[in-house]
Amino acid sequence: MKRVIALLMENQPGALSRVVGLFSQRGYNIETLVVAPTNDATLSRLTMSTEGDEKVVEQITKQLDKLIDVVMVTNLSESEFVERELMLIKFTKDSFPENVFDESNIVSKDNKIINVQVVGTSSELDKLISEIDANNPLEIVRSGSLGISSDEKTLTIEN
Amino acid sequence: MDKSNKSGAEALIHSLHLEGVDLMFGYPGGAALHIYDAIFNQNYVDHILVRHEQGAVHAADGYARATGKPGVALVTSGPGATNAITGLATAYMDSTPIVVISGQVKSNLIGTDSFQETDMIGVSRPIVKHSFLVQRAEDIPDIVKKAFHIATTGRKGPVVIDIPKDFTDPEYKFEFNYPTEVNMRSYNPPEGADTSRIKEAADLIATAKRPVIYSGGGVNQNNASEELTALAKLLNFPVTNTLMGLGAFPGSDPQFMGMLGMHGTYQANMAMHNADLIIAVGARFDDRITNDPNQFALSAKKIHIDVDPASVSKIIHADIPIVGSAKESLTALIEELKSRDLKTNESDISEWNEQIKNWRDAHGLNHSLLEMGAQNGKILPQQVIQSLYKETNGEAFVTSDVGQHQMFAAQYYHFDKPRQWINSGGLGTMGFGLPSAMGVQLAYPESIVSCVTGEGSIQMCIQELSTCLQYGLPIKIINLNNAALGMVKQWQDMQYGGRHSSSTYENSLPDFVALTESYGHVGIKVSKFDELESAMKECISLKDKLVFLDVDVDPNEHVYPMLEAGNAMDHMRLSKDEKTW
Repeated sequence: MKRVIALLMENQPGALSRVVGLFSQRGYNIETLVVAPTNDATLSRLTMSTEGDEKVVEQITKQLDKLIDVVMVTNLSESEFVERELMLIKFTKDSFPENVFDESNIVSKDNKIINVQVVGTSSELDKLISEIDANNPLEIVRSGSLGISSDEKTLTIEN
Repeated sequence: MDKSNKSGAEALIHSLHLEGVDLMFGYPGGAALHIYDAIFNQNYVDHILVRHEQGAVHAADGYARATGKPGVALVTSGPGATNAITGLATAYMDSTPIVVISGQVKSNLIGTDSFQETDMIGVSRPIVKHSFLVQRAEDIPDIVKKAFHIATTGRKGPVVIDIPKDFTDPEYKFEFNYPTEVNMRSYNPPEGADTSRIKEAADLIATAKRPVIYSGGGVNQNNASEELTALAKLLNFPVTNTLMGLGAFPGSDPQFMGMLGMHGTYQANMAMHNADLIIAVGARFDDRITNDPNQFALSAKKIHIDVDPASVSKIIHADIPIVGSAKESLTALIEELKSRDLKTNESDISEWNEQIKNWRDAHGLNHSLLEMGAQNGKILPQQVIQSLYKETNGEAFVTSDVGQHQMFAAQYYHFDKPRQWINSGGLGTMGFGLPSAMGVQLAYPESIVSCVTGEGSIQMCIQELSTCLQYGLPIKIINLNNAALGMVKQWQDMQYGGRHSSSTYENSLPDFVALTESYGHVGIKVSKFDELESAMKECISLKDKLVFLDVDVDPNEHVYPMLEAGNAMDHMRLSKDEKTW
């Protein structure tokens, strides 16, 4: 089962390498990883997804929490949460599957190439990729999963 | 020294002074020279010049383990930094509080492959609790404050401060202000007792019939030995210690079962395997303890007290997790037990203690080997440890290296006090013994500090004999010389058909007596059992001299008991031809 862990860390040099290093150091298998600064410029938010079992995820969250630069960690998949991923796909104009996408998906277009963007859950994107396989897309880029809890819980700190 | 305006180098040394540091170990080099000049110009902090940076970090580590105060080492960039790595990894695995300061090339040269440049932060990242790369000279006081706070709180560990040379420039001075407190939103280690599950723990204790107290290095680190002993005495429960936990409960106490695990005693391992309650304190159920975790103590409930949340339920599920200070959590547990006027199952407990005594009588260690004289004309390594124990009245600090001699020391020297036994348990670092003994001897100049070693390990940091002369450190080196890498050879005997691949030296060993004497110390050779006692007496009596006691021991001796890999803790080899299954 797919698990999504999100964390806030100090937005400073070296912090990301500690988090990423931990994964390889402890043998955790990470599927996707997304990092960006938050609206509080001193913090970055990192979201990762993994297929580990509950025990592995518990260890990952505990070990992440131990890193000095990590301010807060949450296992989003512990309760209801929304997971979304962005995907960009490049087609030649000739092989563009018009029945799959509409105008709102198209982000660039010239006489040879059409780029589209799609947002959905990771499994929706997986499904879409298999649907367009026959159209031989030139390139597929995925952002990795982002997540947010469905209820009032937030991963934020009070300043 | 100007009190208000300081250079980065001066600020560093003054910050160390304000942290209570009066001793540091190190080795100079280009990127650290501004710092060394600042050391020259002050009287607060003594600097011990080692002969290799690995020795500096081990010495700081030994100092920290013996005193409970953080140890400090200073190295230069590049090879200085990389030589410190083994020391850092050793401290990390055993959670000892040290701060290692490394010089770095000038900030404008970082990333250019400049002379003696190494990415110290990157190289050390997986083996430090935390690290800092200084970005401005003015940040040095704040970083030192944080480094010591991080190293010495929660689960302790090593912290690196990497300082580019330009930030220690004596020409650039700034107003020195040392922070009075640390405020880090991202670092809040558990403090005090965790009382949330104390009542449930007490309930389990009250009904236990076959309990074991299993304690580790965390009890020594947290100075919780008194509380651990009080709990054991209150309950009359048997106690076992890990290799790192020895001394937390008096080794000569009848309630003590000895060390457990890979080379633990028969009774300790049998008690763990058959227990119905295990109270783990400051221990982490590592693979040298549990053997196969899936077959580990299946009938036991586990209460796990540890300051590191990530250690709880990492290997073995904790029925009652208690995440907090061992000292204060044990105090809370004792209070809870006393408040309910606790009655344990006294008859069950005494039956259980009787069972443990029977196990001990059947297959316990023989603590009277010394009285039995030479064995087949040879000295047993265990007899040397017993002789050391006897001649030091069990009161010496004992450091060790890694291998058979380490296990014999752990098994046969009864450590009655915490911090008396100092060894590299987690990383298993050969070369740790002598430099760590230097740290201990400098902390306790009047105490007997012995380094139990082997002819393999001692050669990994033997250059520190020179440091010992420079600073007059009268360490007693007890070399169990079996002319082979004993533990490697033992495994080759047991698992590789006796093929001693690269574990012997083919008559290439140095004359250790002559070697020691060339370093200006005293060397004594012992090859016959009849010489052992008098030589040991002489070694210990030479109070002001470093003595290297080189003892030829039976090269065929193996360490037993030994857990059989892939099985439960009751699967032990008891000698070359006896096993429990």
